[in-house]
Amino acid sequence: MHWTRWGAAGHGPAAAAILLVAGASVSAGFAQQAPPAPAAQPARFVVVIDAAHGGDDTGGHLNDGQLEKTANLAFSVRLRSLLSARGIQVVTTREADQSLVPDQRAEVADHARAQACISLHAAETGSGVHLFVSSLAPSSAARFMPWKTAQSGWVTRSLGLAGVLNSALTHAGTTVTLGRTALPGIDSMACPAVVIELAPERDADKKTISEPDDAKYQATIAATLAGAILEWRADEGRTAARQP
Amino acid sequence: MISRAQTVLLVLLVLASLIMGVMLFRMRERAHQRLLTGQDSAPTQAPAVTAPVQATLMVANDDDNSLRGQLYSLPLPADPGARARAVLGKLLDLYAAQDSNHPIAGGAASVAQVFLLPAEGAGSKPGSAGGAAAELAVVNLKGSFVVSHPSGLETETLTVLSICGTLHANLPRVTQVRFLVDGEVRPSLAGHADLTRTYLTSDAVPVDPNTP
Repeated sequence: MHWTRWGAAGHGPAAAAILLVAGASVSAGFAQQAPPAPAAQPARFVVVIDAAHGGDDTGGHLNDGQLEKTANLAFSVRLRSLLSARGIQVVTTREADQSLVPDQRAEVADHARAQACISLHAAETGSGVHLFVSSLAPSSAARFMPWKTAQSGWVTRSLGLAGVLNSALTHAGTTVTLGRTALPGIDSMACPAVVIELAPERDADKKTISEPDDAKYQATIAATLAGAILEWRADEGRTAARQP
Repeated sequence: MISRAQTVLLVLLVLASLIMGVMLFRMRERAHQRLLTGQDSAPTQAPAVTAPVQATLMVANDDDNSLRGQLYSLPLPADPGARARAVLGKLLDLYAAQDSNHPIAGGAASVAQVFLLPAEGAGSKPGSAGGAAAELAVVNLKGSFVVSHPSGLETETLTVLSICGTLHANLPRVTQVRFLVDGEVRPSLAGHADLTRTYLTSDAVPVDPNTP
């Protein structure tokens, strides 16, 4: 069976972590005398952006004849630029038209030990933005997780991330639909993971205003998502500060 | 100059041709009459008309990513496999309709077969089947349906879940569903929804649009 490991990478950091835990245990008796630690954001905050499909895997055909893989890559580049401009470290699974299998995408995400993993898709049906979280049942995260169901330990946080993205998009006036799905790449990611499927922008009569590969439409959605991820970073910081 | 004997022979041949033509015409008429008589007297049996029963179809809607149960009165066969195929046929007919909120071409002919087998592993304990053995439904779709299916995570997931939900709603013993395309395992429906895994019908509960 293929397993994935999360947490400290390598023996050096692992040893350091053990020392830290031991140190914390020793000093626990003095915790009441020590001043409360100030709330701080986590030292590192990494976002993985996965532009779905690529290479021979073209994905779907959009209504204007464009390939889904091209729209996904353009959206990935836009979102990466906006996040980098806000000081967030971004790791992308692909920067060009290259073919990747789902396991390779999950490996990139798991090695990055990211605080948010975003898989980008585009669709010709529906409207607005479709947010999906893995349909795996939640379980407690362990040091070693089965490869195919690694996401089960993170589903609760993935739902939290989807909630933050949903709030931001809805507040910006975007139509959002939420769902659960089974995707091999996402199910193997050991991070809060959300699939974002960009569908055409439609008016009240269901007439298409913008296709998913429209540059202006993508830029608007990417800006909203970047703001939401900043909020997610702040939430993660508050959560980290609350933990002993 | 034509001799008398040749003239007589020619007249006889013409007469013979005319007589044979008349005979052939009369034989054709008789054969036609015999055929019509045979059709009328053929021992035919009127088809047994099955009384319509209530069937629940879990109908997908792309607008809000939802599955909603809709009741239809359908004449369904007693055999569970044929019954499963019939309800799925009606479901896909709805999707092929022009005003569908989940448009997919193909209709009822898109389901080649549905096989029902004893279920194993997770999901093999039926919740509402009164203790009866749980079943795995293997849905064999036609390649033409998969080729014409729109690509997208939402639409493909809805198709898979609506098939799972419809099977479980009408055959409660079905707790697991697998998919084949033209009799073979295919990686995905149209690039997204995973067709290599076994789906639990419990995954196909109606989606609450307010919660992820």
